[in-house]
Amino acid sequence: MAAGATYVPIATQTASGSVSSITFSSIPQTYTDLVLIINAGNLTGDSGAELRVGNGSIDTGTTLSWTYMQGDGSSAGSGRATNINYTYAGRSNTNFAGIGIVHLMNYSNTNVYKTIISKAESPTARVQVFVSTWRSTSAIDIFRVSDPSYNFTAGSTFTLYGIAAA
Amino acid sequence: MANPTFTLIASNTVGSGGVASVTFSSIPATYTDLMLKGSARNNSTYPFGYVQFNGSSSNFQRINLDNNGGTPASYSASDNLLFATTQSVTTANTFNSFDVYIPNYTSSNYKSFSVDSVTENNDATAAILDILGANLWSNTSAITSVSFYPSSSNFAQYSTFSLYGISNS
Repeated sequence: MAAGATYVPIATQTASGSVSSITFSSIPQTYTDLVLIINAGNLTGDSGAELRVGNGSIDTGTTLSWTYMQGDGSSAGSGRATNINYTYAGRSNTNFAGIGIVHLMNYSNTNVYKTIISKAESPTARVQVFVSTWRSTSAIDIFRVSDPSYNFTAGSTFTLYGIAAA
Repeated sequence: MANPTFTLIASNTVGSGGVASVTFSSIPATYTDLMLKGSARNNSTYPFGYVQFNGSSSNFQRINLDNNGGTPASYSASDNLLFATTQSVTTANTFNSFDVYIPNYTSSNYKSFSVDSVTENNDATAAILDILGANLWSNTSAITSVSFYPSSSNFAQYSTFSLYGISNS
């Protein structure tokens, strides 16, 4: 890699049909942070795109917690959840009106719990920002984005970038 | 390993006297996503910046989560308002900062895009406004130009606007 190279595309997945989830696995451990960009559609309406992470396999334990703030076009609010097995990566909606911008900080650092910052947007429904903690010192080498309510439609895109600090 | 990406396409720094608009035209279709980064101030007392895609101000929708230094609020509108700027009545030399992320700007789907916009001026009497925006342009054309313009008057000297292309391979 050239000196100073950063923001490197690791992998991209485009839904070729209706799918309930997208998984990125065997994520290289050579970067400092990860950025995931989601542009997701479904055939029904606004829906949250859930995010689960792990090392070797998806962690099914209640090792995540999160705090969020949101606006739905008429009111602003905030909330939190503790001891839960998912957080949010983005949103999906009809006409591909769903975006997720996710930062997985220090994902390969085995000395710290992991912080995840995600912006989840559906321009006809809500805008949200989450900060989440995965209470594990294991590196993140796999994660899954899923829509428990409606499937992602063909053409939904999920792209993972690696950010190198040096 | 894939090649690095995040390429500067064009940048514009406003000169003396200000400008009524800034346009990036003939945007190459060779990237996957676009990111716009800016720092803007208005020469007058009007605090907002607007966007046009391909010269159009139509078919835009947005939901914002706002902080105006008081109680957070949320609004929705069918317009092309994009960000809040600092104004001539606010502390000198203060500019806003904003990011706009547009995934899949060449696709034949409608275009969702994300906006972060912040202002701060160390003046309890002057307006500030921070915006987290979820935006949609209901148009299936590829985006080939992006324009910014203020709600009135000009963008002030030293305002900056930069356009980046991001490739997924």
